[in-house]
Amino acid sequence: MTRRLTACIAISLVVATLAFDLATESLNPFNAPAPIVLGSGKPGGGAFCGELPG
Amino acid sequence: MLLRRGSLTLAAAALVAAVSIFVGLRYGLLLAVGLGFGLVLEGLRFGFAGPWRAMILHRNPAGLLGQLLAIALVAIVALPLLAVRGDELSGAQGPIGWAMAAAAFFFGMAMQVLLACGSGTLVNAGSGNPVGLVSLPFFALGSFFGAYHLFWWTGLGSLPPVTLTGLSGTAVTLAALALVAGILLLQASPDQRRLPRRIIVAAALLACLALLNLVVSGQPWGIVYGLGLTAAKSLNFAGMDLSGSTFWTTASSVDRLSDSILTDTTSLTNIGIVFGAFGVSAWRVDGLSQKLPRYQPKAWISMIIGGFVLGYCARLAFGCNVGAFFSGIATGSLHGWVWFAAAFGGAFIGVRLRPILGLEGAK
Repeated sequence: MTRRLTACIAISLVVATLAFDLATESLNPFNAPAPIVLGSGKPGGGAFCGELPG
Repeated sequence: MLLRRGSLTLAAAALVAAVSIFVGLRYGLLLAVGLGFGLVLEGLRFGFAGPWRAMILHRNPAGLLGQLLAIALVAIVALPLLAVRGDELSGAQGPIGWAMAAAAFFFGMAMQVLLACGSGTLVNAGSGNPVGLVSLPFFALGSFFGAYHLFWWTGLGSLPPVTLTGLSGTAVTLAALALVAGILLLQASPDQRRLPRRIIVAAALLACLALLNLVVSGQPWGIVYGLGLTAAKSLNFAGMDLSGSTFWTTASSVDRLSDSILTDTTSLTNIGIVFGAFGVSAWRVDGLSQKLPRYQPKAWISMIIGGFVLGYCARLAFGCNVGAFFSGIATGSLHGWVWFAAAFGGAFIGVRLRPILGLEGAK
């Protein structure tokens, strides 16, 4: 067995995760935020590892 | 060969275009940034865990100096930018606390046992390293459970985030980075006191990508949150009740749990890193033809436990080598420095544990 197998398993897992996500959540590109936060006048709004929500 | 490389380029471009069209341009850009991270990290063999090991065992500071250079390059742009555009951009601030420091210590230890950090686990998985493949799902689970318990741990005692800002913050950060670099050079073997061109190029590219990440998403480069979010969504779908967790029941977490991961910044860059690393490995002539090593059972168990520890501790430490060390220091957060000191201490134990746990010399 070579790394080809493990790499393909990893890619398959990511693709499966994306497929699961697409099957369970709806996407609406018309609700998409500005392409770039800088200059948009609004904060990014994403979550970060250092975040302590509350 | 040409056909394979052409297909890889086309697949990457199609993926970015599809996300841009069906999800939004910002998300397509972030996926492209993630792909860039994967290409640089795997293509130029720029990592975090390996260079720390090289410094500890062989007094070779090149890789670690490269990390400091990349952080400095980001800090020079990011800190002044954050000072004037704080309404749009945010830094990687995290509170300093007992649990945070201890978690960083254990992260550093696990990082050396597996020879993979936050970004390294993703790169390893994409490039076919079995250690990365096995530890990645447990990293995600650890990140989920770390977030689940986060408020209990921070309740043990923590200070509010302390941030160096503006030009004075930039000057202090650069001086501190130069001081660490100086100490490393003093400790280095005399014949290893130079920085190879590959590392300088990688550090510069990584800094550019990290700044792009900041400008496009409004937040610094991170890894851990996205992994925990994916695990949380999967477990929630499987019927797990998250109402017992303060973290996962806050309004912002509930919103993110109901959104696609294709709209989550760190998830997108994480996906990009795995695909980017895979692309580089498939691009190389013998990139994926390397035989898989045979590991003892204790090594497989170490991969599972190590992956979980990495994820759990990264969440408690408010970031991994990327979110806390790289982005934390580059955006002036004091917790990045505490993370670095604690994790480097843990790394000294980790390098000694690695052979004991059967992860070294497997063929």
